[in-house]
Amino acid sequence: MTIEVRNIVKKFGAFAALDHVDLKVGKGELLALLGPSGSGKTTLLRIIAGLDWPDAGEVWIDGENALGHGASERHVGFVFQHYALFRHMTVFENVAFGLRVQPRAIRKDEAAIRARVKELLDLVQLDWLANRYPSQLSGGQRQRIALARALAIEPRILLLDEPFGALDAKVRKELRQWLRSLHSEIHVTSIFVTHDQEEALEVANRVVVMDKGRIEQIGTPGEVYDHPASAFVHGFIGESIVLPVEVSGGSVRLGGRPLNIGSDGAASGASRLFIRRHDMAIGPAGTGSLEGAVRRVRSFGPIQRAEVALTGGEGKTVIEIDAPRDRELQPGEIIGLQPRRYRIFAAQD
Amino acid sequence: MVSTAVARRSSLPGFGLTMGLTLTWLSVIILIPLAGLFLKTLELSPEQFWNILTNPRTLNALKISFGLSFAAACVNLVMGTIVVWALVRYRFPGRRLFDAVVDIPFALPTAVAGVALTQLFAQKGWLGAPLAELGIKVAFTPIGIFVAMVFIGIPFVVRTVQPVLIDLDPEIEEAAASLGARRWHTVFRVILPSLAPALLTGFALAFARAVGEYGSVIFIAGNLPNVSEIAPLLIVIRLSEFRYADATAIAVIMLLASFLIILVVNRLQRWAQVRIPA
Repeated sequence: MTIEVRNIVKKFGAFAALDHVDLKVGKGELLALLGPSGSGKTTLLRIIAGLDWPDAGEVWIDGENALGHGASERHVGFVFQHYALFRHMTVFENVAFGLRVQPRAIRKDEAAIRARVKELLDLVQLDWLANRYPSQLSGGQRQRIALARALAIEPRILLLDEPFGALDAKVRKELRQWLRSLHSEIHVTSIFVTHDQEEALEVANRVVVMDKGRIEQIGTPGEVYDHPASAFVHGFIGESIVLPVEVSGGSVRLGGRPLNIGSDGAASGASRLFIRRHDMAIGPAGTGSLEGAVRRVRSFGPIQRAEVALTGGEGKTVIEIDAPRDRELQPGEIIGLQPRRYRIFAAQD
Repeated sequence: MVSTAVARRSSLPGFGLTMGLTLTWLSVIILIPLAGLFLKTLELSPEQFWNILTNPRTLNALKISFGLSFAAACVNLVMGTIVVWALVRYRFPGRRLFDAVVDIPFALPTAVAGVALTQLFAQKGWLGAPLAELGIKVAFTPIGIFVAMVFIGIPFVVRTVQPVLIDLDPEIEEAAASLGARRWHTVFRVILPSLAPALLTGFALAFARAVGEYGSVIFIAGNLPNVSEIAPLLIVIRLSEFRYADATAIAVIMLLASFLIILVVNRLQRWAQVRIPA
């Protein structure tokens, strides 16, 4: 089922939570809304679900004007960060809830409800917990039950608000993979909100990056990582080195000294140079457009992370780079650095 | 040696002291007076005790006390829940004032409440007069007792349920709505069951208070034996007749009945709480 959001505006007092947002989600997509807290991503999700109302704009679900209906009529599955399970009901009754409150005319009989709940508990691999109460489950189990409960009503779309936000790192990782494989099994159009870029890039087919109530970029995980559309996206996704530079007529200067890189089509004026930590080539002193002294080296896994104080900045400009471990770096060593890939954005961006 | 010394040091010191004080205090304040009550009753033979219990006047007084208290607690449960809902969920002018008003029955001397209610519901009172025209007599009838019991019981329900409703996560209501539940379903299947332990506690407290109420009731009750005479008043009457054993016998019966009821409510609460841990 498709979702279309047109020109949505939502204000909380003077604060614009959503500032003219447009978004189209295709059938069967698994979309991530990614952004820092306060970027409006949860508000957008709640408006689609009917839990909040926009000040202006339209929401269309499956070609139908959703703003004409309240949450209970939209047929939308919603999963909350803190699960929001009914504490006084067993796991079974939680999952059955959506089926039991259906209008009498379309309500299934008890045997059909039982069969459906069993099927869902099998799907989330927790059928053995049917008679427990939510307080007796772990966080990961609760979230899977919340998902089963949302799926029980065969929702047209599935919305997940920071679904793994309250879980510890290991469980998050497991659930991420599990969610992705579940989605490829049931194919329901889904949107999930997260502030964790790794989660968004790993799980979603498309990522919507939001900041200050606006959409900064929409693209596949590869596109937003490799071709960030704005300084914000470059800084928010992946680890970046950011240096203040001056662009004038095709040449790039750092602290007055020209760098041996092209201006990448950037307009003249004060700009910022963005380089991924691992996109810095290391050579002997004197080579490359930057030079610096290694201060501290930490090695873990396949990389070594080095703090480098750049020459010329009175030792005040310190950057962190990731280098492969085949070239051992020593504290105190002077090295030359050359960006392999980089982006330049105007400073006010 | 070292390990036993370490094991004895608790992270919560003072167990011996607080436990001793607790037991001593509860004994002096509650258990010893109650034991005295039972000892006094032992002056009666079982047959005498049975006769006092089955005396129609005693039976009627007990029926009036417990029956009307139960009815008042039921009304307070329903109305108190509605009051709590309005106070917690809505913002309206005067909300703080109404919130404070709830406590008045707590603080007001019960005799003052009794006089005020009697004035109000007397045949020429502000409410009594219109009700009399409808043929309903409140003051000096069992209905008056009921009104006084409702009055003194309401804060118990409100103050017990209020904090629990404040803590109730609005997300569970949103979850219910997103699952297609209409408001009615959400209230009766999600919200009220979540409040059940607090509702039961509030009910039990309001009930216990009404059973024990004396001051406000005797002003409005009329105190006709067998019609509008509550058990606590009968105890006072027996005392004034110097029939101490009779008085304590009625007291013991009230005590046992109250204890039984509180026990049942406690069981119900435990049952509800196992399912809804805090």
